[in-house]
Amino acid sequence: MLEGIMAGVLTALSLQNLLMVVAGCLLGTFIGMLPGLGPMSIIAIMIPVAIKIGDPSAALILLAGVYYGAIFGGSTSSILINAPGVAGTVATSFDGYPMARQGKAGKALTIAAIASFCGGTVGAILLMGFAPALSSVALLFHSAEYFALMVVGLSAIAAFAGTGKVIKALMMTVVGLIMATVGESALFNAPRFTMGLLDLQTGFSFITLAMALFALPEALYLVLDPKRGATKDSGAIKNLRITKDEAKAMAPVVGRQSIQGFLIGVMPGAGATIASFLGYAVERNIAKGADQDAFGKGSVKGLAAPETANNAACTGSFVPLLTLGIPGSGTTAILLGALIALNVQPGPRLMIDNPSIFWAVIISMYIGNVVLLILNLPLIPYIAKLLTIPRNYLIPFILFFTMIGAYIGQNNATELLILVGLGVFATVLRFADYPLAPLLIGFILGGMLENNFARAVNLTDGISFMVERPMTLALLVIGATLIFLPAYRRRRARALQKGVAQGD
Amino acid sequence: MSFLRTTKHALTAATLGAALGAASMSGAALADNHKIESIHFLIPGGAGGGWDGTARGTGEALTKSGLVGSASYENMSGGGGGKAIGFLIENAKSNEGTLMVNSTPIVIRSLTGVFPQNFRDLTLIAGTIGDYAAFVVNKDSEINSFGDLLAAYKANPRDVAIGGGSVPGGMDHLVAAMAMQAAGEDPTAVKYIPYDAGGKAMAALLSGEIKALSTGFSEAVGMAQAGEVKIIGVTSADRVSAYPDAMTLKEQGVDTEFVNWRGFFAAPGLPEEKAEAYRATLAAMYDTPEWEEVRARNGWVNIHNSGPDFEAFLVKQEQEIGDLMKKLGFL
Repeated sequence: MLEGIMAGVLTALSLQNLLMVVAGCLLGTFIGMLPGLGPMSIIAIMIPVAIKIGDPSAALILLAGVYYGAIFGGSTSSILINAPGVAGTVATSFDGYPMARQGKAGKALTIAAIASFCGGTVGAILLMGFAPALSSVALLFHSAEYFALMVVGLSAIAAFAGTGKVIKALMMTVVGLIMATVGESALFNAPRFTMGLLDLQTGFSFITLAMALFALPEALYLVLDPKRGATKDSGAIKNLRITKDEAKAMAPVVGRQSIQGFLIGVMPGAGATIASFLGYAVERNIAKGADQDAFGKGSVKGLAAPETANNAACTGSFVPLLTLGIPGSGTTAILLGALIALNVQPGPRLMIDNPSIFWAVIISMYIGNVVLLILNLPLIPYIAKLLTIPRNYLIPFILFFTMIGAYIGQNNATELLILVGLGVFATVLRFADYPLAPLLIGFILGGMLENNFARAVNLTDGISFMVERPMTLALLVIGATLIFLPAYRRRRARALQKGVAQGD
Repeated sequence: MSFLRTTKHALTAATLGAALGAASMSGAALADNHKIESIHFLIPGGAGGGWDGTARGTGEALTKSGLVGSASYENMSGGGGGKAIGFLIENAKSNEGTLMVNSTPIVIRSLTGVFPQNFRDLTLIAGTIGDYAAFVVNKDSEINSFGDLLAAYKANPRDVAIGGGSVPGGMDHLVAAMAMQAAGEDPTAVKYIPYDAGGKAMAALLSGEIKALSTGFSEAVGMAQAGEVKIIGVTSADRVSAYPDAMTLKEQGVDTEFVNWRGFFAAPGLPEEKAEAYRATLAAMYDTPEWEEVRARNGWVNIHNSGPDFEAFLVKQEQEIGDLMKKLGFL
């Protein structure tokens, strides 16, 4: 194994491969900043280039660089204009955007960059040390556990069920779950709730919904309510540095989420999105008092948690890909295709037959993370300056990118009509003070929730799996606790306060 | 993605023309000297599955042999492939550079009539290969033959879950039901668990969630060679040379034969000259060593049906599968 690592280090450190890492990271970061072009589409674009290179390690290093570059860049649009371009960065906008609104855009980007770096680096180290051993972890979960894991993921909505908003948050979650059922699914031989419209046959697209719920109402809100829309402090640059206290608050979050995110990423049925929601939900519940209330309003921890988790999960998803030949996500599936096209068959024999490829890829991940940090930190002041653009110019700019984002993925003009329609609906809801994030969370998790539930019911001829499988039961209990504990705690705190007041 | 979807007339097609002349029946297209600069492959299922392998393998052979400049790939899973068909029809104008891979399921779907689209709504390019179906079990499984699977099924039918990468009533399910019927069991009683993609179904098999997997033979060969799974039955008449260790169902006394064709479709309303260019390019592919390498590696069987032949083939298969599905109770 040590020999393999050495060969991998030598391969990864060759001039050609270092150039590949830098090129891939740069490209991924900049294209990834555009909402609508996620890592999957960028890698799909890069595949012909990679295949032309011919050398499998160089090609895979380039593609992997593009992959984590895109994840890195993807958080930028979430933070600056509340437009999450991929599902994995939705949770990033929960606290990243409020921070940017408070004039701390530069700081938010820095926190995201550092959290991503740590998540990716710890992930790479775990991958290096335990990849072969973890291949069995990848197969630990059955549909029943995946279903329970999605329930735990749903508990992220609790963060938006602030005082008096519990019912509203639950309502929005249910709307999201309902919207996830539109269209064709993997389990039923029929389209559902399409109202006979061919355009709904494919269901709602994630990107259209994300733009309609987050970015569009935000832009409209700035127009309709200019007073509220004013950013407190346009001096985005001076707030770049992280204070000692913030670093202290971040460190344990980053440590926990690197490992948790990585392990979730290893599961072929979970991935970066689930990891980011879970990371957010767990950290919010661990936080105490004022710290917990800050979640959703620009919390450092709330931003660091999903950013660490989604990067660690991306690295984790290489475990089933490289050791079993099973792709866990659409993106790793495309990477698998590229590998096969390059005559490399991933699987248990990869480490034995092609150790230099296996290790070169893992080591280049580590290098890639360093490169990304070095590339991005100096750029942050300039990127954050985007928000100092006067509102008259910024709003059309946001609208433009919102439209582009919704169109580019599907190449379908009807998406624009759906975008505007849902955008107006979402703006009305915002004025009525309904939280919109639970709707999107429900939508993202709904499909997986349903598929895995249906499979588990089918396999066990009933819902007994919920109590018969210890891991499922444990996860469900955790999920229920995470959902209901905050509401219960708040109610008890209020009751106690009342009690004290009456006692006086 | 969309940047790559252009098909252009190339001036340097003189050498290509010679190559095409040997293989293609459609001389008219050759006179135009088309070279396809790039093809965008639309894959109606998740990656790691049979459609995925076919599109990527074909793309690899086409680009490596120089018949096509570059190839890009897009996975669009859902509804057993209906999502991608809907997409291609909805966005026909902007997808003239797109070829969608498809296979027997498109016939099944048009038969069940659940979906508005069928193969007649698309431009038929060509059927290119066939793949046998296979039953696969985990390497640690106590099941070593189709007979063992039957015995386990007879002992406790609800305990033997057979998974697949298609919707209920889709091809993987159909093959399982066919084999069970041929073995004398009630095909409708088989517990079939659908997954979104072949790769996810394979993960479920390895994790022990399902007892057996009904899948494409070529999808299973790589895993079987790596020693991760056992192939307990192939739906071919004779053993397949790509992996001769795998027993056929026939030699185990289960009289089931099935070939899943795979081929390519283009958006409706595609100009005829563009369709002919695709057909000529695919026809020329068979004579290249690059294709032979991909074909052999995947254990595919060349079954070439281009243009009108493809249509006749599809109409015939529609008839055959329709009869079978009525017998099985799916229609």
